Amino acid sequence: MQKKDRWRLVIVGIVILAALFSVFPIEGRIRLGLDLRGGAHILLQAKGTPENPLTDDSVQRLIAVLRNRVDQYGVTEPVIQREGSDRVIVDLPGVSDPEAALELIGKTAQLEFREVVDASPPLPPGPQRPNYESQEAYMEALRRWESIREQREELAAEFAARAKENADLEVARGEEDDIYLLGKTYVTGKSLKDAKTSFDNLGRPVVTIEFDAEGAEKFDQATTSNIGRQIAIVLDGKVISAPVVQERISGGNAQISGRFSTAEAQRLAIMLRAGALPVPVEILENRSIGPTLGADSIRSGFRAGMLGAVLVLIFMFLYYGKLGVAANVALLSTILLLFAGLISLKATLTLPGIAGIILTIGMAVDGNILIFERVKEELNEGKTPYASVEAGFRKALKTIVDANVTTLIAAAVLYYFGSGPIRGFAVTLSIGILASVFSAVVVTRALLQVFHGRRRSKPARF
Amino acid sequence: MFFKKRDWEIDFMRLRRKAALVSALLILASLGLLLTRGLNLGIDFSGGNLIQVEFAEKVGVADIRGRLAEIGQKQAVIQGYDGNGMIIRLRPVEDAEVNEIITILREDYSGMEVLRLEKVGPVVGETLRRQAVVAVIIALAGILLYITVRFRFRFAVSSVAALLHDAIVTLGVFSLTGREITLPFIAAILTIVGYSLNDSIVVLDRIRENWGGLRREGITALINRSINQTLARTLNTSITTFLPVLAFFLWGGPVIANFAFALMVGIIVGTYSSIYISSTILAEWYERVPERK
Repeated sequence: MQKKDRWRLVIVGIVILAALFSVFPIEGRIRLGLDLRGGAHILLQAKGTPENPLTDDSVQRLIAVLRNRVDQYGVTEPVIQREGSDRVIVDLPGVSDPEAALELIGKTAQLEFREVVDASPPLPPGPQRPNYESQEAYMEALRRWESIREQREELAAEFAARAKENADLEVARGEEDDIYLLGKTYVTGKSLKDAKTSFDNLGRPVVTIEFDAEGAEKFDQATTSNIGRQIAIVLDGKVISAPVVQERISGGNAQISGRFSTAEAQRLAIMLRAGALPVPVEILENRSIGPTLGADSIRSGFRAGMLGAVLVLIFMFLYYGKLGVAANVALLSTILLLFAGLISLKATLTLPGIAGIILTIGMAVDGNILIFERVKEELNEGKTPYASVEAGFRKALKTIVDANVTTLIAAAVLYYFGSGPIRGFAVTLSIGILASVFSAVVVTRALLQVFHGRRRSKPARF
Repeated sequence: MFFKKRDWEIDFMRLRRKAALVSALLILASLGLLLTRGLNLGIDFSGGNLIQVEFAEKVGVADIRGRLAEIGQKQAVIQGYDGNGMIIRLRPVEDAEVNEIITILREDYSGMEVLRLEKVGPVVGETLRRQAVVAVIIALAGILLYITVRFRFRFAVSSVAALLHDAIVTLGVFSLTGREITLPFIAAILTIVGYSLNDSIVVLDRIRENWGGLRREGITALINRSINQTLARTLNTSITTFLPVLAFFLWGGPVIANFAFALMVGIIVGTYSSIYISSTILAEWYERVPERK
């Protein structure tokens, strides 16, 4: 064995050991993308309004409020970043309830306590035929219900007309489609000090809020002047409840009850604590994946990868025999190096990334195939095995490099233009290509030297 | 056993005109399909909503379709997949409508789980579409440049022709089968491009190596010899690449199946094109217009 060859063996040994050390145990070492671990990826577009124009400052404040909300919701490792001038990306890993996350992010949460100038009762449910004994009675009930509905529509039209005349008035609807004509705003969510969830004496979830000094005084005045009348609690333009004021409230505490579940009450409390979004947002893109789907994807990807690898190993052994064993060792080292690369570069593994790994498993042996076919030709020309291996490697190397650079170019472009999951593919494909070239050129060669190095003068026996 | 001398040679080039005809027909058919049937653009590019759910028990697609039609979602495209899963695709709708669908399905089928919710606004779809086109163009330009530098210009042109052939036929197959084009599909197409080139380059590389025999044997025989010399490699690599991708297609789950399918088509077409397309173009080109030295 030449000195150079010994060095090559040593290098291979060190690299493989280092890779083994960095890969095992594999649990928790690979960063998983949102599509594999579950979570929500949300792209928001900030929307300016006449009162709140879109400025650099308002987008900054928007991000601050979003971060506050997300932190309070208890998401680990959220990513909140600005995209361009007026867009924000919010990545929430591991969120199991995408609908809730979406609401938490997308709701402006502008809270107002307003005067109720006029109100219509909610529309009762329409009559159902089975509840009536005869068709006539049912038709009669239906007519009554229709007239109530018409009255309501007239009232709504009247409210709208009054709101049009007077700029201080506004029409809003409630949870049960009750209609309100709202007057002046007494106090808003800006005057809040704290918001918590608790339960009222009927066991229903409520949000208890505490005003700051200024808010407490305004609320005191509002309740004093409205005893016996309703005050509307308005969230983002919708009346969530309109309780009748029983007595003056001077302590700066109030309770918001509405038709919400405990979880909804908790989210509302978070949004009130974190503050309203300075500008409304529109959800441009949302990709939410539950944790089960991600786990499924990993499982099926792993299974397909194992199966694919076994098929390739069998094929290479059947076709190339002993050389195939060397190629198979190189394939295993490629997979090992690929994972080591993913871990040490802290790259994120995504579902297309798994596809990249599986593609790598297939393409990894290409280098070896090129080399073996070359060696075969050299042997056919009558060279000794050792000389054939030497010449085969030398001549195949150029081809291997040329053939792989093009795929690397494609991967680089994908990385540059792609978003999260696609980037994951570009990364695994690139690392896979580099690892497979290393394995084919260095690892296989070292192995072949172990096989043949000391028998270089003996006749060819493969 | 395998290293005995190859004593046969297939005369690929004899059939090159027929192969060119087949390829021309394939490309025409693909372009025709793309123009008439078009592609089934997924929500990534068209904008829209996607809901993927899993039921506790087996549920028929028709039942869900009927239930959604009752609440006015007649446009929904519903696809069931193995187990009790179902993917519902909607054109762009309000978030409230998506919530309504989920609420109603939850009421009807207790134990239903929402696995995935996606919404892509029309603005984003438009951006993604543009980015995809730009990415493909830049990748092609970069590759063309690399091959021109490493080989000859004519080699670059013929290998790019081969990869365009592969990409167009793959798109044609997707148009024919109506499979959905999603964002990962762009990654698949670019991978096919890279793979197709990888294959062509090995053949071209051998042609370059054998270039010294050009005067003696003529371009056609030279190319034929080169293809035969690399044939075992071409086929073996295609087989080893195909096997894992096939496994992924069969067992990788519904989310990624179209991606794997694109790769499978690309590998098959790419193998054929690496033998016939770039070599035929080179042979015809050099026969008609010999390169001046």
